Amino acid sequence: MYIADAAALAPHRPRVPRAVPANVLALGAVSLVTDVSSEMVTAVLPMYLVLGLGLSPLQFGMLDGLYFGVTAFVRLAAGHAADRGRRHKLVAGIGYGLSAVCKLGLLAAGGAVGALGAVVAADRTGKGLRTAPRDALISLSAAPDAQGRAFGVHRAMDTAGAFLGPLAAFAVLWSTAGAYDAVFVVSFCVAALGVLLLVLYVKDHRGPAQHRAAVSLRAALRLLGDPAVRRVCVVAVALGLVTVGDAFVYLLLQRRLGMAPGYFPLLPLGTAGVYLLLAVPLGRVADRTGRYATFLAGHLALAGACALLLTPWSGALLLVPVLVLHGAFYAATDGVLMAVAAPLFPEGLRSSGLALVQTGQATARMFASVLFGAAWTLWGARPGLAVMTCGLLAGIAAAWTLAPSRKGKA
Amino acid sequence: MNEGRRRTVVVVAAAGLLAATGATYSAMAARRDDPGPRAATLDLGRGGQLMYRAGSGRVASAPLAAPASAPALGARSCARFYAANGTGACLATQAGPVPGTSMTVLDRSMREVGKVKLAGVPNRARVSPSGRMVSWTVFVRGDAYNETGFSTWTGILDTRTGYTVVNMEQIPLFKDGRRYRSPDVNYWGVTFAADDNRFYASMSSKGRTYLVQGDYGAWEAKVLRENLECPSLSPDGRRLAFKKRVSADPARPWRLYVLDLATMRETALAETASVDDQAAWLDDRTVMYALPRQGGGSDVWSVPADGSGTPSRLVPGASSPVAVR
Repeated sequence: MYIADAAALAPHRPRVPRAVPANVLALGAVSLVTDVSSEMVTAVLPMYLVLGLGLSPLQFGMLDGLYFGVTAFVRLAAGHAADRGRRHKLVAGIGYGLSAVCKLGLLAAGGAVGALGAVVAADRTGKGLRTAPRDALISLSAAPDAQGRAFGVHRAMDTAGAFLGPLAAFAVLWSTAGAYDAVFVVSFCVAALGVLLLVLYVKDHRGPAQHRAAVSLRAALRLLGDPAVRRVCVVAVALGLVTVGDAFVYLLLQRRLGMAPGYFPLLPLGTAGVYLLLAVPLGRVADRTGRYATFLAGHLALAGACALLLTPWSGALLLVPVLVLHGAFYAATDGVLMAVAAPLFPEGLRSSGLALVQTGQATARMFASVLFGAAWTLWGARPGLAVMTCGLLAGIAAAWTLAPSRKGKA
Repeated sequence: MNEGRRRTVVVVAAAGLLAATGATYSAMAARRDDPGPRAATLDLGRGGQLMYRAGSGRVASAPLAAPASAPALGARSCARFYAANGTGACLATQAGPVPGTSMTVLDRSMREVGKVKLAGVPNRARVSPSGRMVSWTVFVRGDAYNETGFSTWTGILDTRTGYTVVNMEQIPLFKDGRRYRSPDVNYWGVTFAADDNRFYASMSSKGRTYLVQGDYGAWEAKVLRENLECPSLSPDGRRLAFKKRVSADPARPWRLYVLDLATMRETALAETASVDDQAAWLDDRTVMYALPRQGGGSDVWSVPADGSGTPSRLVPGASSPVAVR
């Protein structure tokens, strides 16, 4: 009664902050637990392969590097499958389950390089399978005007898991006097809990029945015909092409600070900490002031971090602002891009659409790393970084002119 | 019981079961890795022993005359180990809430006399014949052009002065008589000559690897030759054992060679398996190295240094061999 009355009386939505949808929290919890599991393995895998199995780092690089193409393809296919069967939860669940089983696969593979490669590939496939359907579920579970906050909450929980994973892995290694297999078993148990949380607490969004023909690959590609979709894809890809990769940022910081090697692994934690703190606030800012603008502002933060790396400053004066800007870049772009893109796609094609945007951005960023590496080798670190920063600023300016009208708040 | 209650019960029960599984397995693994025999006291100054890293990670010692006999197992665990003239080098990772990698310098009774904190995956450790210069390499992840690449940090510690270079990549380098500058230069696998000043190392830049010769006192290095990794100077100082990239196949890329420094002629050794190790010299005629074995772990093998003969297994379940003469 009261709600109906209030709605009748108030022409606007009440400004009371509404609760984050339970489904978003559930997906966040699944991601948190799953990230604890996967980061446990990521943290110890190089040590395990090189010290435990006697593989050379070269072989490890091969294992690690070859699967980008697989992931991109799987992501597109999974997005399509989730839309077609209207089964986001099922497809995401298969992805989570596959990655969980892979933790035991690592044990079974032993020292066989081929088997290890297959397990790593399967793990990547699992990640590729789940990303787009999961993001589609988040966007379908949140109100259109609260997309930014929903993705912010999810990414903050996800990052918290990534934070805890290495700690958990090192705690296990410490208590077992270096038993890598125990890390894998515990990681599997944690991943299994994640799958269980997904099964029990995440609600699928079946939506209205779609015409089968409406969810075809061609329909997914036709999404690109929509000027708004095309703009987001073009901007995400273009900015991705001038994005300086994480490894470079940390490497440049380490060199500029003359940092002792022991502290090097802590740099990514600095970025992640800022990301964790800012993901929700920036998601809300995005909802209120415009997601597209926030996305561009995030890239401006990255440009700022790069510009700082070009200054002669050193010490904490360099370290703190660079890590804060780098973390802000993630908080203002990663989930926010999904919040920009998701409402542009019809419900029946949301997974396919998000998969398209994610794959485009990831591919562009991979090329950016290769290009920046080449520029670095050719011209040196500073000129290479200067060129990249100018490219980033030019990209932001160009993207600004393409900005949707303020009213749309896309 | 309503739906929400039931879900909570299922999750709590499952979480308890999974936690118990993980804890039980970890407890079993911890007991399995319990050091068996009581730790023996090792003496780095005593000649006639072959020291190595046993499968458990602990440093072990066996008589040179019977290398595969039951060893004396020390208390210290290392990922890479080397020793010469009463100085030991132990490159190890420490488990703990904040894990770390460190190079510990040891005196002749294996006590710590110095420690350098590092990060990354332990790769190489060496001590100069006199016991004065300690060098090492670790692989650092992410410190590279792409996220998946590894790059190396190689350091040198002078035990007489305590002076430590944590990453030698800034050393002035000359190639074909000209100063060579490239930000992607990586060094690894240092080996010192008897004068504690001249050293050799491998260097990579732009996808190629080189042998460089360094002058520690003058702190500069020059490129000697292409396609040579992990050099190891023979006891007589005339030859370098090294691994050469012979194949693009990542499963078996290297072969062991010996380079004669006077003639610059190289000889392929009889070992046909791909060796990823900085070889060590058992004596002036024999090199030894670790080879991974099926199912994890590695064995130490030896092969004549002149290309003749066949490889033979020296110590099963071992790595980082060093002959203490």
